[in-house]
Amino acid sequence: MIKLASLAALVALWALAASFSAPRLVPGPLPVFFAFLDELRHGDLLLHFTATLLRVAAAFSLAMALGVALGYAMGRSRTIDKAGDPLLILLLNLPALVVIILAYVWIGLTEVAAIAAVALNKLPNVVVTVREGARALDPALDEMGRVFRFTRAKALRHIVVPQLAPYFAASARSGLSIVWKIVLVVELLGRPNGVGFALNTYFQLFDVTRILAYALSFVAVMLVIENFLVQPLERHANRWRPRAA
Amino acid sequence: MPTAGAPAQLEITIASKVYRSPRGAPVEVVRGFELRLPAGRFGALIGPSGCGKTTILRIVAGLITQFDGKLTLPGAGRLGVVFQEPRLLPWRSVEDNIRLVLDPAMPPPDLDALFAVLGLGEHRRHYPGELSLGLARRVAIARAFVISPDLLLLDEPFVSLDNATASRLRAELAALCARRPVTALLVTHDLDEAIELADTLFFVSARPARVVSEVPVTIPRGERTPEAVARFRAGLKGLMPGNELK
Repeated sequence: MIKLASLAALVALWALAASFSAPRLVPGPLPVFFAFLDELRHGDLLLHFTATLLRVAAAFSLAMALGVALGYAMGRSRTIDKAGDPLLILLLNLPALVVIILAYVWIGLTEVAAIAAVALNKLPNVVVTVREGARALDPALDEMGRVFRFTRAKALRHIVVPQLAPYFAASARSGLSIVWKIVLVVELLGRPNGVGFALNTYFQLFDVTRILAYALSFVAVMLVIENFLVQPLERHANRWRPRAA
Repeated sequence: MPTAGAPAQLEITIASKVYRSPRGAPVEVVRGFELRLPAGRFGALIGPSGCGKTTILRIVAGLITQFDGKLTLPGAGRLGVVFQEPRLLPWRSVEDNIRLVLDPAMPPPDLDALFAVLGLGEHRRHYPGELSLGLARRVAIARAFVISPDLLLLDEPFVSLDNATASRLRAELAALCARRPVTALLVTHDLDEAIELADTLFFVSARPARVVSEVPVTIPRGERTPEAVARFRAGLKGLMPGNELK
C-alpha cells in the first residue's frame, strides 16, 4: 500500500513538473502513456523489448553461472584465490564502456560480442559476492556431513547451496539491474534492435516522449521480474528463517 | 553378535597427537592413549576440560586423520555422532534433518518410534530455529541413532542444559540404548553423568591425554538413581586423577 501511494505521489509530481515546462522537453504522464500504446500497436516496441530481454537473460545467466563457479572456487582455495585476484581486480576496475568497445573491436559487431561484453561486466561482482559466501561456510556443518558420510552431491545440495543462497540472491538482484543497464549501452553502440537501439533513434529525433515511454515501460518490466520472480525465489530460500518482527 | 571377520570391538591407540600452536610451537595433546571397548558396551571418557578428550573423539570420528596411532572401529564403522552443538541444518525441517543422514539403500527405519521416545512427534515439521536447545539436542541424538550406527560418539551432549532437561535427556538416551544395544563412547567432564550412562569409565589425565584408570560401573541399569550414583562416586575417590573433577 505504502509502495503504491509513493508511486502515485511520484507520478503526480511528474505531472506537476510537466505542466510548468515545455511539453517537448518534459512531456506529462499521459502523452508518454499514449506514446507507449502507439509504439505497442504500430511500432517495434515488442520486438525491441524481446531482443533486450533475451540479451539480459543470456548475459545474466552466463555471468551468474561463471561467477558462482569462480567465486566458490576462489572462496574455497587459497591458491585459486591468489591466482584469480589480479584478473578480478582488473575486471572490477575496467569501465564497462572499455569492455564493450574492445569486445566489438575484437569479436566484431555480433550478438556474441554484445552478450560477452555484458556478462564480463557483471562477472566480477558475482565472483566477489559468492567468494565472500564461500569463505563464510560453516565448517561445523561440513564436519557433520563428513561423519554422516554425505556424498558430494548431497553435501552440495543440502549443506553448501543453502548457505550460499543469500549471496546468490544478493548478486542476482544487483546483477539484474546492472545487466539491463549495460545491455542498453551495448545496443546503443552496436546492435540493430533492442531498447538501447530504440532510445538512440529517438534521441537523434529528439523525441523525449518516446524515450520516456521506452525507458519507463522497460523499468516496469524489470520491476515485474523482480517482484514476481526474484523475490518469490528469495522468500522460498529463506522460508526457514524466523520472521523479523 | 559380531559379524564374522569384522572387528568386534572399538580399539583406539594414539601414540601421539601433536598440534601446532598459532605461534608454530608444537603442543602434544595426546600421548600413549589406549582404549578397548567391546561391542555393545557404553564407555565414558572423563577428564578435565581442555585435556584433549574432544581431540580424541575427533580422531575416532575420522575428522582428524593426522596422528600417530591406529584405529579399529566396530562392525562396518558406520558412525553416529552427537556433537557438542546440535549442528542441525537450519534450512531443513526436523524430520528432513533426520532423513538426510539415511542411506537410501538401507530399509527405512521406524521414525515414529524414535520420535516417540524423544518426544519429538509434534516438532517434525518445525525448523531447528524454532526449537529450544534441549529439543535441538534431541534431534541431534535422533539423527545419530536413526542410522543404527556401529559406533555412537557423544561429545558432551548435555552441556549447557538446565538440570531437569539434562536428566530427562539422559534417561531418554538410556532408553534408546536399551532398545537397541550400541557401542558408544561418551565424552564428558561430569562424573555423575558418566556413571548414570556408561558400562565402563575411562579416566583421562590432563594434557597430554592418556587413560589413567578404567573402572566398570557395577550398578545395574535401571537402578542408577541419583543416590546410587552418588554412593558409587564416593567409592571412586581414590581412583580419580587429581582434583579437577567435581
